[in-house]
Amino acid sequence: MKYSSWFKLALVMAGVVGLSACGGHSGQSTQQSSSDAQTLLGAGSTFVYPLYSKLFALYHQQTGIRVNYQSIGSGGGILQLINKTVDFGDSDAPLTADQEQQAGTPVVHIPICSGAVVLTYNLPGIQDTLLFTPNVLAGIYLGTITRWNDPALQSINPQVKLPDLPIAVVHRSDGSGTTNIFTNYLAKISPDWKNKVGASTSVNWPVGLGGKGNEGVSGLVKQTPGAIGYVELAYAIQNQMPVAKVQNASGHFITPSIASTQAASNINLPADAKVFVTNTSAPDGYPISGFTWAILYREQHYGDRSRARAEELVKLFWWVIHDGQAYCANLHYAPLSPAATTTAEKLLQSVTFDGQPLLHAAKP
Amino acid sequence: MTRFLMAKPLRLSAPQAYPTTDKPAFRPDKLSPAYAGQHKGNSLLKYISLADRKDKLFRRVLWMGGLTILCLVLGILLTLIVGAIPSLQAFGIRFLWGKVWNPVNQVFGALPFLVGTLLTSFLALLISIPFSLSIAIFLGEYFPPVKGRNRFAHLVREAVELIAGIPSVIYGFWGLFVLVPVIRKLEMSWHVLPYGVGIFTASLILAIMIIPYAASLGREIIALVPQDLKEAAYSLGATRWEMIRHVVLPYARSGIFAGLLLSLGRALGETMAVTMVIGNTSEIPQSIFSPGNTLASVIANEFTEAASRLYLSALIELGLVLFVVTTCMHLIGKTIIHRFSA
Repeated sequence: MKYSSWFKLALVMAGVVGLSACGGHSGQSTQQSSSDAQTLLGAGSTFVYPLYSKLFALYHQQTGIRVNYQSIGSGGGILQLINKTVDFGDSDAPLTADQEQQAGTPVVHIPICSGAVVLTYNLPGIQDTLLFTPNVLAGIYLGTITRWNDPALQSINPQVKLPDLPIAVVHRSDGSGTTNIFTNYLAKISPDWKNKVGASTSVNWPVGLGGKGNEGVSGLVKQTPGAIGYVELAYAIQNQMPVAKVQNASGHFITPSIASTQAASNINLPADAKVFVTNTSAPDGYPISGFTWAILYREQHYGDRSRARAEELVKLFWWVIHDGQAYCANLHYAPLSPAATTTAEKLLQSVTFDGQPLLHAAKP
Repeated sequence: MTRFLMAKPLRLSAPQAYPTTDKPAFRPDKLSPAYAGQHKGNSLLKYISLADRKDKLFRRVLWMGGLTILCLVLGILLTLIVGAIPSLQAFGIRFLWGKVWNPVNQVFGALPFLVGTLLTSFLALLISIPFSLSIAIFLGEYFPPVKGRNRFAHLVREAVELIAGIPSVIYGFWGLFVLVPVIRKLEMSWHVLPYGVGIFTASLILAIMIIPYAASLGREIIALVPQDLKEAAYSLGATRWEMIRHVVLPYARSGIFAGLLLSLGRALGETMAVTMVIGNTSEIPQSIFSPGNTLASVIANEFTEAASRLYLSALIELGLVLFVVTTCMHLIGKTIIHRFSA
């Protein structure tokens, strides 16, 4: 009796260990099952997913190469890249120093397209487009400007009679690249924001309500008189929401659009493209925008990867940053600016296999 | 747990052996030849031996089912603990009463969410009790849905069961677009800050979602109250209300309480609908009308984009806290039921 109950306990423990072990290694089987060069695996940002699914479907038709992209979020994509279970990750934020260290070997950030974050509001009876300066925007999200008829806000919108209404601040509750771009912008233009809040995919908001996803934010804004919130440009265009003009670093008030977002990245980019183009110096650029990056290892010979697979990977992204860009605007993404395309080309050319650049061989 | 393991002595180590129950097992091959000879060709013996084998197989399958559940629960607990190790090391027990949740500075505390979870769940339970209890009495005592009769009672029962079947994201959307504006108008007339979203709205949504659990179980139990007891009460001159108050409810109370416990469990873990209407601010709610956050909704919100190791681990620790809270509630509830039925 005693013996058999111990045996059962041991069996239970073995089962538990077995189950946890299954969880830990589930990712690796995916790589092995498609170690041929016909299927590439990617994971990451949900923001870029509509564009990728369109592009990868087209690419499959043209070349027969299948790309399986899982939109599990930027953080998850980076994690999978670090675990080497995917060929590329996609992130709305560059890797942190901590993550690069975990990755072990250097990675490259290839800009794919850019997106803008726009401010939308609900002021009953007001049709005019509102104007915002960086200081006012930071004041609203810090909670120092609390009413719509605040002199600071009224003085930059002389053509509108703003109501005596409390400002209901709305932000994203879920961690997102949108929040990262927005808080990054606020941190650049307001020292107060930088010290008190900082920039990340989710932050400790001083004021306001959180809505889940673009639809949660826009739902709250549409319902609450006096609300202001931020959403992706594509979402605002599709839903015909009122959007504010924001003053950029050159002092111009810029309407968010695909053109002004593209213009924002047409500046001197650092060679590794790891930069937030928020608060851009481009005179016609919309100030709250950012890239999404495909992230791959610079040295492609790791694990049991074949050279053919690595070649297909760089070929794919060469296509995405050139021919693929034509499909961006239809889906409300801003295509790469000339400056960004050049940077992306150089980065792709730096990807190697056993120390030899892949792109000579791969260039179509 | 040990008691459970020792309760049924099926010997897995020696599967060919017969189970050693308290009674000697029926073993066809050990029957006296005289008995066996009474049946021509041993067909009965074969039949019995086959049935016995099936019986053993069935018991083994049941055992496997039980073991699997046990493994799963332990596995989940183990995974949560392992995942939470970096956060446990960084914050220790302070995690439980830390008031700040700041992913930028990597300072994490669970108190606002713990408060939010408990507040919404118990408020929801409180709101739902009158409804689930009256539905249970209505369907269990007044108009039991008997086949072919009581169309209306059938309809009510179907509706209650349907409520349980609606996906929670639909409750969330309905809450956000219908309930929130209504609450906002109410809040304006009550002179509190008209957020619309918040603890109160989340509790209302939760209350609707958990009604079916307590109501269905309550109905089953109330329908089981013996007719003799009820008739005895009537014969003593009790009115229907008095009979329900003094006979049905005391008889059924442990079952009703079990239903409420099930409801509470559902409310504690509900994620999607709550996330959409609670307002999602990481501060301790000042009143039931302020926005807040629950353990489950924070995990749902932030898990996908949690990039740093400590952040991810803090979220997993929130899951661990939720696991422990749910277990504690369950155990406390079980104790109370035990007291009731004793």
